[in-house]
Amino acid sequence: MADEIILLDFLPSIFGMRIRVALAEKGLKYEYREQDLWNKSPLLLEMNPVHKKIPVLIHNGKPICESTIIVQYIDEVWKDKSPLLPADPYERAQARFWADYIDKKLYDLGKKITLTKGEEQDTRKREFLEFLKLLEGELGDKPFFGGENFGFVDVSLVAFSSRFYAYESFGNFSIEAECPKLIAWTKRCMERESVSSSLLDPQKVHDFVAGMRRRYGVE
Amino acid sequence: MADEIVLLSTWPSMFGNRVRVALAEKGLKYEYKEEDLWNKSPLLLMMNPVHKKIPVLIHNGKPISESMIIVEYIDEVWNHKSPLLPTDPYQRAQARFWADYVDKKLYDIGKKIIWSTKGEQETGKKELIECLKLLEGELGDNPYFGGENFGFVDVSLVTFSCWFHTYESYGNFSIETECPKLVAWTKRCLEKESVSSSLADPHKIHDFASGVRKRLGIE
Repeated sequence: MADEIILLDFLPSIFGMRIRVALAEKGLKYEYREQDLWNKSPLLLEMNPVHKKIPVLIHNGKPICESTIIVQYIDEVWKDKSPLLPADPYERAQARFWADYIDKKLYDLGKKITLTKGEEQDTRKREFLEFLKLLEGELGDKPFFGGENFGFVDVSLVAFSSRFYAYESFGNFSIEAECPKLIAWTKRCMERESVSSSLLDPQKVHDFVAGMRRRYGVE
Repeated sequence: MADEIVLLSTWPSMFGNRVRVALAEKGLKYEYKEEDLWNKSPLLLMMNPVHKKIPVLIHNGKPISESMIIVEYIDEVWNHKSPLLPTDPYQRAQARFWADYVDKKLYDIGKKIIWSTKGEQETGKKELIECLKLLEGELGDNPYFGGENFGFVDVSLVTFSCWFHTYESYGNFSIETECPKLVAWTKRCLEKESVSSSLADPHKIHDFASGVRKRLGIE
């Protein structure tokens, strides 16, 4: 019997994009259901009663929540194609470490750039670039964080690249000037169908962020 | 050749104690090194340069950081004994979800009760009880979160139990009154050698917390 896969998501969501990328890497067909985060659907509230957030993957009626947990689930169930986590336990621990660090830091740092001004924004920009430089160091000369192959850390980070234009525009700085290797990596990832078909166009993300700035009274 | 396992931790840390429980569950011998968090050792700074935090597990010279990542690593490497994560991918996703929930919530809520102002303390109490009740619901009538067997979620949560007396003391409430099933579960866990030998004495934790409050100028 064919798998029934539904993704409750929100187009500009970095966390949702991770799931779209992972599903595409595995060549999986699924039903995408766009959610209104300001008017949450009964289905979303039923499937994620604890956090009430997207993304939620519903596989044969059973929900899985939290994006890195969902990506691991997808990798474990459909393990015969495009493995995202390495086989070696130490390398797996390192991959989980970097994905966890990205989760703890990047979203909030980026959000603060878009929602602040003046000196505070300058501080956030500095912290953000420092963080990206650390990631650049971790990437080293490898084509992907996963080494020769696109992997778990690549999935967790690449969706942020759809927000880079928005960060640069509202923060008035250039990420490429500071982190050229990382930008080269984002371009390399975008050559993959799974990534280019999953990430929202940077201009649309920019317009979404502009809307959020108006909502929060920043502009 | 025998494995060389070193654990950098501090005795009151609920995160460090998770690793101790996991190592004991697997019957592993290791060298324990107590860290002074106000004067971090060169070894700690070298082994966890990103976060500079404990716990760090050093296995044959290679460091692994972040407590639940370490626990998963231990479970994967020493997979012949006392499995902590289930084998089914969906159940694994659920176990990771609840361990993540404990991570996201419990420490910060506990902090509000122990080292903040009276107003925040009341909020912290309410949030803690809500959180523990939700976890109690998830436990249901199972002996452990892992079902019949002590598992991943049990490891993530049980090390907070030696802090309950401190939360109760500063928050002026009884966790057992509010969440009797959860407290029964903590007692059940403490019957296990791996848990009782790894958790700190609740009264010593209370004295420790009192010391930190004095240091922070709260009392």
